[in-house]
Amino acid sequence: MNNIRVVVTGLGIIAPNAHGINQFEKALREGKSGIRFLPHLEELKFRCCVGGIPENLDEIAQIYFSTDILYVLNESMKYSGIAAIDAWKDAGFCIPDEEDHAINWDAGAIIGTGIGGADTLGKIIPQVNSGRTRRLGSSVVEQTMSSSVSARLSGFLALGNQVTTNSSACSTGTEAVIMGYERIKNGKAERMLCGGAEGSSPYIWAGFDAMRVLNSSKNDAPEQASRPMSASAAGFVPGAGAGILLLENLESALKRGAKIYAEILGGAVNSGGQRKGGSMFAPNSEGVQRCIKMAVEASGIDPQQIDAINGHLTATMADPIEIENWAKALNCSPKNFPYINSTKSLVGHCLGAAGGVECIASVLQLYKGFVHGSLNCEDLHETIRPYEKSVVQKTIEKEINTLVKASFGFGDVNSCLIFKKFES
Amino acid sequence: MEEKVVLEKVMEILKPYVREPEDLKNATKETDILNDLKVNSSRLVDIILAIEDEFDIEVSDDEADEVQTIGDVISLIVGKK
Repeated sequence: MNNIRVVVTGLGIIAPNAHGINQFEKALREGKSGIRFLPHLEELKFRCCVGGIPENLDEIAQIYFSTDILYVLNESMKYSGIAAIDAWKDAGFCIPDEEDHAINWDAGAIIGTGIGGADTLGKIIPQVNSGRTRRLGSSVVEQTMSSSVSARLSGFLALGNQVTTNSSACSTGTEAVIMGYERIKNGKAERMLCGGAEGSSPYIWAGFDAMRVLNSSKNDAPEQASRPMSASAAGFVPGAGAGILLLENLESALKRGAKIYAEILGGAVNSGGQRKGGSMFAPNSEGVQRCIKMAVEASGIDPQQIDAINGHLTATMADPIEIENWAKALNCSPKNFPYINSTKSLVGHCLGAAGGVECIASVLQLYKGFVHGSLNCEDLHETIRPYEKSVVQKTIEKEINTLVKASFGFGDVNSCLIFKKFES
Repeated sequence: MEEKVVLEKVMEILKPYVREPEDLKNATKETDILNDLKVNSSRLVDIILAIEDEFDIEVSDDEADEVQTIGDVISLIVGKK
């Protein structure tokens, strides 16, 4: 590998419990839940009637987008636009004027989505079925193409490098960050916006509700519904939003005196091949462990150096297996297991956006020196109980140097990357 | 319907598609929708649909292709009323 180092210089987040990194940091520290009761899901007879949806989207979007753009953006495109613009500005760049023809040939974007565009499809399908295709208008393609969440960013920020969308179910956001990291590492781009965005349409969530993988037992207590690592975990809680990081080649970041949040030491993606217990819906533990080990190896660190894990931890039966996989992959016991938390306990499972949102949480913890508490795991699952000391339930103020983040998704796909506090 | 009323309604319909709201304030019948108001050409489809709904008329594809200025839109509507 070459000597190019990749750092994080900008963060943008719109999550169910906060918009903007300052508010999000506060929400993480205070354990603010973004999970609310959603009456429209009850009307649609969903089993699970709670979820995490960013608040005041319409008001926020009006500040970010001109009227001629606003009306062609669907929900997930608004999230990705807001988070990308925030990350770009946070890194110290200006939003270019449309009349300014300078193009950022060395900057691109990899923004993933899981089921993006489903809200738009829900509106057009009845029209097409009733022979009214002529009435669809001009914005259906840009809203339903898989790359809808990345395509607009090219225009907003005059990006001239690769602008694309990846999709790997719940592994998407973390995978996007790894793909962007690799592109910069390979010298093909100087900076990349990376992360994920996902809308909150019932059409996105319905399939999960039908599978009975959502928690339907806490409709009367929404903030207690997302319960990763608990004995009473009964399914995940759906969430929406976007988390986007600006990754940058260290040389460029130093040259322009940019604020450096963290360095990415390395990452890995793989699939468990849907064998040995792995399936469309569950990971092959061997694949998970290999992915984590490959990320550690690529980073050139000793597993003992890892201070904290931001887990995938969705609040299903897979949580205890995930903890055991971490212990095996990092070759540690309950005695020397790193701190571990689940951002999903606060915001729910943001699906294709989850990795992006959780990478932002990971980087903020490193940069600001804290490990946020996981809500609703007072009753730890019996398999996880030996690791009780490592499970952070209430936010602790502590400098951490190395944090590992992983995401796993339907299709038996895995992604894992390692962030380190930046040292020149 | 009076031309003045039609003009006002057309201006209202054009609002969300115009990049600079100021440009619309100074618009006349001679104003070119794509060039002067900088409306993206693909959005003409949406403007025609909105006109059909507002004035309860049908506009053929050929008629839509002829539209360039605000005056063209008004003539199209008045001609069908």
